[in-house]
Amino acid sequence: MKPLHAFHFASPATFYPLAGRLQPLFALLALGLAVAGLYVGFFVAPTDAQQGDGYRIIFVHVPASWMSMFIYCVMAFWAAVGLAFNIRLAAMMASALAPTGAMFALLSLLTGALWGKPMWGAWWVWDARLTSELILFFLYLGFMALQAAIDDPRRADKAGAILALVGVVNVPIIYFSVRWWNTLHQGASVSMTKSPSMAQTMLWAMLLMALAFWMYSIAVALARLRNIILERERQTEWVRHAMAWRG
Amino acid sequence: MQWHGVGEFFAMGGYAVYVWGSFGACALAMLVEPWLLWCERRQLLKAMR
Repeated sequence: MKPLHAFHFASPATFYPLAGRLQPLFALLALGLAVAGLYVGFFVAPTDAQQGDGYRIIFVHVPASWMSMFIYCVMAFWAAVGLAFNIRLAAMMASALAPTGAMFALLSLLTGALWGKPMWGAWWVWDARLTSELILFFLYLGFMALQAAIDDPRRADKAGAILALVGVVNVPIIYFSVRWWNTLHQGASVSMTKSPSMAQTMLWAMLLMALAFWMYSIAVALARLRNIILERERQTEWVRHAMAWRG
Repeated sequence: MQWHGVGEFFAMGGYAVYVWGSFGACALAMLVEPWLLWCERRQLLKAMR
């Protein structure tokens, strides 16, 4: 194997067709996992002793919240790679992830409000967990607005990368907020240090839905990446060639 | 299975608005986003002809 082999797909021209082949695979995985997750979540997992059937909101709330934080970390990682090594594709990857991350942050806040109203009696409280998640949503919006405001795509990439990297400090704040402060938001039911404090079937439903959301995110990020590549590289020989071949 | 009939399932123990609101919002968002991307792609391809 040639030493340069790993970098073969770092070029938009070679990654574009690969992304096109991977995208339906991840979409299919997302669909299958979502069907399984919804089945377990609604027909296998029992009614909760305290929260009745209202607790089932967590099957979308927790995965959406996890994805909003995880996507931000991945976005910041690709932004850093793009900035440090001047790799166009990495910067495009960061841009492709931002709208999906923003969507999940919004869904996290929305489903959280729909859970909060019946359980706490309030749609919203200025709790550390809720507030830091709201800041995450604004960070995503800020990243997208900043990139949209700069005409030169390479300069937009660099400015966005700085913002993404500065904002990454917010992610551990969200994650540990329930431990650092006295929050109304409950502590983690699932963590890496202790066994989960919830029924097996409930946990399974949540994990299946989280995997489904993960696969969905990869599928749409790849789709958006392909759009970004097409838009930015439309003047290049390979795109013209590919278009001519497409007919 | 804990449901006795379709009505009970959709009632969600009195939490129908909140549960179906949450799942509905997620389903809607996760259908609209791919659809928007598909539209964007079609426009890009059309503009390149």
